Amino acid sequence: MTEQLVLNYSIAGDDFTKAGEAAADFKTVLKKTGVPPDIIRRAAICMYEGEINMVIHADGGDAEIIIGADKIEIILADRGPGIPDIELAMQEGYTTAPENIRSLGFGAGMGLPNMKRYSDGFDIKSAPGVGTTVKMTIMLPKNRE
Amino acid sequence: MNVKQLAEALKLKTYNAGAQDREVAGCYIGDLLSRVMSRADRGDLWITIMPNINVAAVAVLSEVSCVVLAEDVTPDAELLEKCVKENVALYGSVLSAYALACEINKVI
Ligand SMILES: Nc1ncnc2c1ncn2[C@@H]1O[C@H](COP(=O)(O)OP(=O)(O)OP(=O)(O)O)[C@@H](O)[C@H]1O
Ligand SMILES: [Mg+2]
Repeated sequence: MTEQLVLNYSIAGDDFTKAGEAAADFKTVLKKTGVPPDIIRRAAICMYEGEINMVIHADGGDAEIIIGADKIEIILADRGPGIPDIELAMQEGYTTAPENIRSLGFGAGMGLPNMKRYSDGFDIKSAPGVGTTVKMTIMLPKNRE
Repeated sequence: MNVKQLAEALKLKTYNAGAQDREVAGCYIGDLLSRVMSRADRGDLWITIMPNINVAAVAVLSEVSCVVLAEDVTPDAELLEKCVKENVALYGSVLSAYALACEINKVI
């Protein structure tokens, strides 16, 4: 598969029954493309963490995924409150998730670290009051079927 | 040992049989979802006391072989429904996570 595939998702805020549906759909699509299983796993976790962050922290947002010949790009953009201190937010264990969200199992403060760890390229830009954009790149091996 | 054999050996309560033929590679215990996605390995049996729908999503993404709800925790209706839909093997036990892990260590 050499042609480029583009997926667009609109992520609703505060809907925990639907949260993760975009990542699940993305994973289903990836499974049909001949991408190796370990890369599928990493890419889908990256998408899920980003999706959940937009649901919990930003009242939703938009996701665009470009599956190319040599890489997958995941671009997540929201108009939420933004992140005042990105370095702090990137630390394992740092969270501002409220108690009701934590009781659902979120709020380990591991989402952003996971996205960085499981992607090959990670870039986050955020402005308080404006929103947050996360770009992740996952490299694909050459000579895929 | 596969999920079905392990469930029988540990006398687990079956909430959803799901993909029972998968091999159990190891075991991970945890309730914080992002931590599970960080540390659990593909094929692990995941022990948790978190009974909500997000557990199914994380089980699918982290590709654990099955989920065991410890300490007699029962799954929410939404979790059960999602596990059926996504073919996630979901079990329960009255044992604690520690006791379960000790038993698993004996059989796998
Ligand atoms: N899209 C976003 N908009 C605003 N703030 C965000 C966004 N993403 C992350 N943050 C901030 O960064 C913090 C750390 O995010 P991270 O994903 O690492 O942990 P978490 O979401 O709090 O918990 P976990 O992901 O482990 O369930 C969040 O608690 C929040 O304060
Ligand atoms: Mg997060």
